[in-house]
Amino acid sequence: MSQVMLPAKKFVVSSVSSDAHMWNLVFLQLLLEEQGADVTNLGACVPDDLIIEECRRSRPDALVISTVNGHGHLDGLRLIRRIRSEPDLADLRVVIGGKLGVRGAENIVFAEELALSGFDAVFEADAGIDSFQEFLATLDSAERPALTSGAAA
Amino acid sequence: MVQPRMGFADLPTMREGLLGVRAADAAAVGTITLDSYTRVNDHDSARAALRTGAELNGFPLVAHGSDTTRQLLDSVSGDAFPVQIRHGSALPYPLFRAMVEAGVDATEGGPVSYCLPYSRAPISEAVKAWAQCCELIAEQPEPMHLESFGGCMLGQLCPPSLLVALSVLEALFFREHGLHDISLSYAQQTHPGQDLEAIAALRRLAGERLAAADWHVVLYTFMGVFPRTPVGSFRILEESVRLAVRSGSERLIVKTPAEAHRIPTIAENVDALEFADSIARDEASRVPEVGATDSGIYEEARLLVDSTLELAPTVGQALVEAFARGHLDVPYCLHQDNANRSRAYVDAGGMLRWAEAGRMPLRADGGGGSRRPVSAKGLLTMLGFNERRFDREQLTHAHLRGLQYSHPPRRSLT
Repeated sequence: MSQVMLPAKKFVVSSVSSDAHMWNLVFLQLLLEEQGADVTNLGACVPDDLIIEECRRSRPDALVISTVNGHGHLDGLRLIRRIRSEPDLADLRVVIGGKLGVRGAENIVFAEELALSGFDAVFEADAGIDSFQEFLATLDSAERPALTSGAAA
Repeated sequence: MVQPRMGFADLPTMREGLLGVRAADAAAVGTITLDSYTRVNDHDSARAALRTGAELNGFPLVAHGSDTTRQLLDSVSGDAFPVQIRHGSALPYPLFRAMVEAGVDATEGGPVSYCLPYSRAPISEAVKAWAQCCELIAEQPEPMHLESFGGCMLGQLCPPSLLVALSVLEALFFREHGLHDISLSYAQQTHPGQDLEAIAALRRLAGERLAAADWHVVLYTFMGVFPRTPVGSFRILEESVRLAVRSGSERLIVKTPAEAHRIPTIAENVDALEFADSIARDEASRVPEVGATDSGIYEEARLLVDSTLELAPTVGQALVEAFARGHLDVPYCLHQDNANRSRAYVDAGGMLRWAEAGRMPLRADGGGGSRRPVSAKGLLTMLGFNERRFDREQLTHAHLRGLQYSHPPRRSLT
């Protein structure tokens, strides 16, 4: 059986509009690139419009939002509602992770609302990176429109 | 002088926090840290949060307004208890207007240090905005104190020579725009001897270049990945206090054991201030245990400062030009105006060094023989260097085993 070369997975990595933390984004980029992915890293303090514009332009396999300043439950909620209100982005895979509030271990209370509002997965910081790695593993088996259409693009 | 990081959204809690710091058994300066919406000039979101009671991560000064802020300051601060506003805003003119109207004593930042790590604004815009802000406070009858945050870039993994150079360059920028009452910063890194050398270099360069100004140095307790155990947290804080005393730093901004987990409470801040104050008194009465390294930080920093200033007729233009060319380049910083070609690493002895200099006029050793780019795991290992250094003892319970030993058998007295 010949080996099938899948195209590299594409990710957009971003913070939310009010979060200036950067090391989490540097780490995620390295982690994804080591697994062969193409990463567009939008950096810190990214306005919603810019995130939406970039997702529209590059059609990533997933948008990965990372935030640790405690405003994630506010900015993340606003962002995902914007994204889900755009018809062409309704199917975009979007996940969020980090310190989502200012309550430490109790931040988990925000996870449900974020998930119900449209995030495909929510990772609270205390859960560690393993659950995010498990999420990445599910992408390998997930169908991508470009592969299932059968079109020889 | 010791100073906390502290900011609460609602007025009663913010007042309670400042009063708690004022009453602490320590020579303390008060802090009002602003929230992230105010930092990015999204004052509408801050106002909305005040209306709905949504949790903010600091005090929204502009949303509260200058009258309210003035009343708060009048009720707690005075000559014996100055209060500094800490914000992180790259384009802070609206905030500076509000601070001037509110009669604020002191603030901090700078066109590079509050732009590259904290915003998407071009450096050229930040330089213009900060020039206006400096001129606004310079024309007041009692100009507020302004601290450069340049010695704290990205909190960790920025080698000392660049931290020193940026702190001095921002101080020169403040001078160029009419300010006399300024301070320079430096953040504790990974090696106490190297930090001692760095602060000596900062003081020497500041002495040479800022002769006519009234300046002092503020040290920050480590700002990166923080020890997670209470013992580890107090030990890293202790090391920073001893460093502050030995290096002659006039002010220290502390962290608390809550830091790795969440925003600290008022009581946790007061505990940290009182602990720091007691360690400072202890260190002042001791013979120093740590000596400065001799790794050429002063020479590197002076070279960066001088060669940057040669790029343009003003400090502001020189900073813009230097970053555009990669002549100044903050390792790992994702800002679009930063070249992001330089790389730093922690060597086997715990010293922070250049792995790649990018286009900066510095020597780099390629990362101690290994030229591989850093991996995600390697990055975490470097970021967690201090966390491991200070938590190791508690996590292995070595100190507890010591306490659990039963008494040695008594010698017979006969």
